[in-house]
Amino acid sequence: MDNNLAKMKKVAGKPKIRVASLGMYCPGCHYGIISRVICEVIEELGVEGKAIGLAGVGCSFGGAPMTIDIDWTSCPHGRAPAMATAIKRIHPDATVLTVQGDGDLGAIGLGCFMNALLRGEKLTTIFLNNAVYGTTGGQMAPTTLLGMKTTTTPVGRTIETNGYPLHLPEIAATMKGVAYAARCTVHTPANFKKAKKSLKKAIQKQIDGIGYGIVEFVSACPPGWKLDPLQCLDYISEKMLDEYPLGEFKNVDKIE
Amino acid sequence: MPKGKIKITEEFCKGCQLCIQFCKQGCIEISSDRYNPNGFLLPDFVNEDDCIACGICAWMCPECTIDVYKYIEE
Amino acid sequence: MSERLLVSGNNAVARGAIQADCKYFFGYPITPQSEIPEYMSKELPKIGGVFVQSESESGSIYMVYGGGLAGARIMTSTSSPGFSLMAEGISYLAEQEIPAVIVNVMRMGPGIGTGGQGGQTDYLQVTKGCGHGGYKNIVLAPSSCQEIFDQMQLAFYLADKYRGPVLVVTDFILGEMEEIINIKTHEFGSLPPKEWALTGKDKRGGERAIHVAAFFSYLGILNYHMKQIEKYKNIQETEVRYDTYLTDDCDMLLVAYGSSARIARGAVDMGRAKGYKLGLLRPITLWPFPSDALVQHAKKAGKVLVIEDSQGQLVEDVKAYLDSDIPVHLLGMWGRHNAGGGGIIHPERIIEEVEKING
Repeated sequence: MDNNLAKMKKVAGKPKIRVASLGMYCPGCHYGIISRVICEVIEELGVEGKAIGLAGVGCSFGGAPMTIDIDWTSCPHGRAPAMATAIKRIHPDATVLTVQGDGDLGAIGLGCFMNALLRGEKLTTIFLNNAVYGTTGGQMAPTTLLGMKTTTTPVGRTIETNGYPLHLPEIAATMKGVAYAARCTVHTPANFKKAKKSLKKAIQKQIDGIGYGIVEFVSACPPGWKLDPLQCLDYISEKMLDEYPLGEFKNVDKIE
Repeated sequence: MPKGKIKITEEFCKGCQLCIQFCKQGCIEISSDRYNPNGFLLPDFVNEDDCIACGICAWMCPECTIDVYKYIEE
Repeated sequence: MSERLLVSGNNAVARGAIQADCKYFFGYPITPQSEIPEYMSKELPKIGGVFVQSESESGSIYMVYGGGLAGARIMTSTSSPGFSLMAEGISYLAEQEIPAVIVNVMRMGPGIGTGGQGGQTDYLQVTKGCGHGGYKNIVLAPSSCQEIFDQMQLAFYLADKYRGPVLVVTDFILGEMEEIINIKTHEFGSLPPKEWALTGKDKRGGERAIHVAAFFSYLGILNYHMKQIEKYKNIQETEVRYDTYLTDDCDMLLVAYGSSARIARGAVDMGRAKGYKLGLLRPITLWPFPSDALVQHAKKAGKVLVIEDSQGQLVEDVKAYLDSDIPVHLLGMWGRHNAGGGGIIHPERIIEEVEKING
């Protein structure tokens, strides 16, 4: 321990509600950075005591509940929006968040998710798009890029066999009950700051009782992409963001 | 004149090198042969004089294992 | 002086739930139980409750899962095809030990069946855990509107007491018929507070609650299963319920549940008038099954006739518990008076079967 630290002020470190532990994430996985975004936003909004998180199946499952000190439940694959609906209806003053991956939200969970949006539930969904199914070994996801090789698209995703990649915030933005829909990344410090702003807006829509908020994070999966953490950053800049443009697709303060 | 200093909790480091990538001042480098008990190659905080305590290395660390300190002006 | 009302079986489900202070219903229409969500959609807002029509039975069961995690008394109701969709969710409820009441108003299956008419073809599904993983649900099988009203209240109590899903199974006949019931609140005993429920840390003095797959979160694999085995043993010793009618001196024991038991009871009276010494054992808990009572009465009677509106499902459990020297006969769905969807087993047909068996 350095004695000089006594004359210093800590300006950055582990968020207060981040549980100090060896996380389950792979080296270079952006889940850990996104977990910091979630912690800092919850702390800044002052909702740590009212927050209830629901983690989907996949890397969300072991990661988020173990690293963020709020109430958590894990959910069966794809079902978080339905479970969150009930929890929010029973505890309307709670801040209810779902954290889900590509398959959980975009494949099996699409029905549950769409209907929660239709109902205009006052919830917030954090959607992790890393274009593969990470936990199960790197299979194709609804968000896999055309031409991208995965363990179930060994020659690259083709339109004929697997159709087109899924753009969820754009779809959500067309639905009336949605108050905020955006896409961001954490692959650079500037984007980290923008991501925090987006998530803060999304959760504020819930706190103000306006409508559903969804924030998609385009993120890296080093084992799934078979790239090292630094190469993943380039893959995001050069390939992922071509398919998945960043920005806000809907941001309303009132639903007419 | 250094403005700041970082401290890495090495037991949680996973050797991803994002801190090295994003430090604009070049204060962090990969060590040649320092490993933690989990087998990850650790970074070294070198060039201490150039640290400006911006905090970016802490933000970008997926393991939230870096603390950044700023010298208090007297 | 308690209130008396003429209600249908489906209505009795809803009224019983509200009487048990259940204020949250998440469900989806399906014949023959759509009257239950319809009634709930009207009544729950009046008492500060919430009704949400989900997008499907999958949606319903996961809303029930979330609602149970939030610590409230919650329920859903469905019929057989929807119940299959709920099987995964019920497996999760059982794993995580979340109290919930699920009503299955059975209809003929498999598949879409007759589209909503009579049948008792879910016995094996409801009693053998209905989903993956080998868990057990307490299954209540009322056979009158009063029993439905009373057993809905019991179901919520048992769900909270043992922390798990409790099934209440009726069927098309019970759901649609109307009888007079006495409105009464049953007290079953005190229950511990739900400190494990998800409410946000503030409401729990700053400590967080995590529900991440029971194996990971607190017990480990073996300990978890040993605890469940102990729990099920405890339920089997404490919660068996059944009814008997004229079994003290019978020489043929009829075994039936739900709507078939009403018909069988009529057959016992009809048979006794003709000099046949019939008796009826009616399981009320299909799980835990009243095996001790079955063995005791079957041995005394010497032979058994199972009556059920199915291919033969309850009969499998009856045979499993009895020694092979007690003959077990079955009058299944072929006993219906016609081959159409509206076919029903009449008491006269049961007497015919008795006469055939007796030679």
